[in-house]
Amino acid sequence: MLETLIQGLLLGGLYCLFALGQSLMFGVMRLTNIAHGDFIILGAYAAIATIGAVALSPWLIAALLLPLAFGFGYGLQRQVLNNTLGRDPLPSLVVTFGLSIVIQNLLLQLFSADPRSIETEGFNTQSIALPGNISVGTLPLLIFAVAVATTAALQWLFNRTQLGRAFRAVSDDREIAELMGLNAHHVYALATALAFVLIALAGALQAMRTTVSPSDGPLLLLFAFEAVIIGGMGSFWGTLVGALLLGITQQIGFRIDPGWGIWFGHIVFLAVLVVRPQGLFPKTRG
Amino acid sequence: MSALLETRALTAFYGDAQALFGIEFQISAGDMVAVIGANGAGKSTFMKAVTGLVKTQAEGVRFQDKPIGGLPPGEIVKRGIALVPEGRRLFPSLSVEENLLMGGFSRRPGPWSLALLFKLFPILAEKRAQPATSLSGGQQQMVAIGRALMSNPTLLLCDELSLGLAPIVIKEIYDALPAICAEGMTVVIVEQDVAMAQQVSQRIYCFQEGRVSLQGRSDELTREQISQAYFGIGTEERAHA
Repeated sequence: MLETLIQGLLLGGLYCLFALGQSLMFGVMRLTNIAHGDFIILGAYAAIATIGAVALSPWLIAALLLPLAFGFGYGLQRQVLNNTLGRDPLPSLVVTFGLSIVIQNLLLQLFSADPRSIETEGFNTQSIALPGNISVGTLPLLIFAVAVATTAALQWLFNRTQLGRAFRAVSDDREIAELMGLNAHHVYALATALAFVLIALAGALQAMRTTVSPSDGPLLLLFAFEAVIIGGMGSFWGTLVGALLLGITQQIGFRIDPGWGIWFGHIVFLAVLVVRPQGLFPKTRG
Repeated sequence: MSALLETRALTAFYGDAQALFGIEFQISAGDMVAVIGANGAGKSTFMKAVTGLVKTQAEGVRFQDKPIGGLPPGEIVKRGIALVPEGRRLFPSLSVEENLLMGGFSRRPGPWSLALLFKLFPILAEKRAQPATSLSGGQQQMVAIGRALMSNPTLLLCDELSLGLAPIVIKEIYDALPAICAEGMTVVIVEQDVAMAQQVSQRIYCFQEGRVSLQGRSDELTREQISQAYFGIGTEERAHA
């Protein structure tokens, strides 16, 4: 049982990385990015393709990818997504849905439907032995640590920095924020840029941990959604807790029957929606 | 002496609905002018047009002899016009201090700082770390005024400072205005309370249905003139006003 819990927590760490970017974009501009999961897969393939072309360590390449993702996210928001924002959520949903289809088919065309992964020279199979005859994978442990650190960093950025203040101000009242001299389009683009750093990070780690294929995106989006909603929108710690809860329940489901894990997660998600529609930690503010 | 702010034939629309029909308005540096009028007379639209929240023609608004009509609000605040918006509209997820700091985002140099504001409104220093919207109405209004002052404006626009506040709190807020003006501020206030408007201002503009129905020195206008302009009794005279 303890082992199931630990494995569940580690899986939840990965889901947290999937979800944080979504949480950030929704929190700042109420934008639901339907292509979120596909962008994670796109990030994974970008890492895979670069590693195939350049003989450098996969860790170095993943690190180099992050600033590129920042620029990509900034440009995407400035050139495309800012035009879809408004009182009506439909334009942004339709546009990101379209992006999702484009990305999936583009990846299918370029890389075929074969599952691919990032070779980490055996790091992904290393493990650490814990007392009680439990062994924990080194890579999942690293992913978990990255997830917790990223959550803490985001929450700190949101609550304690001038950029975070700008994020909260445009989210509260865009008109008045602009009256203070903020450029909402620029602030939104910075939020998306940060979200895309998280997306690329999640993609690279996902491809190291397991395999990715072009049609994986929607399932990752679903996990991200569930984690954000269980945790409550507007709190990064909530997103982490939601993701961990989702990971643990899925792991318990897998333990009972290998085919049950995912729907067990869905059941908990639906149960939270029924009992606490606002999520576990709604609107936690610094 | 030329006016600090001047509007010429200023018009503004919400979609197809016209809200302002050629407003002619002037204020000189150092003055305090009150804008009065019934609900829907266009007072708030006028404030929004001057601060860029409602689009208007470039030559419609001139500030320090330059056309600023239709500029983005962020550009206008950099030039020195700040608005205390109707209903305060503080950022609910920001603390009192963070709200004030947001006001200073444009980084205009000038006398106003957190320290000076906390001297003007000591209660805000005490509550600086609290969420802004957890304060009482009057204290929230102080934050809203402070937030506008933090941009070190040359011209301060106050839209309905007394909205939803108890009379004693309104008095407290208005008592702070002379201290603000002592820093060399030019102020336009929108006020429903005519007696209050007459008492604090040098000149009054009365708006009615998007037009200026009366203007003059606050101490020279009579009750009859104002109520006529305010309520639109004898509307045929409006064209001559």
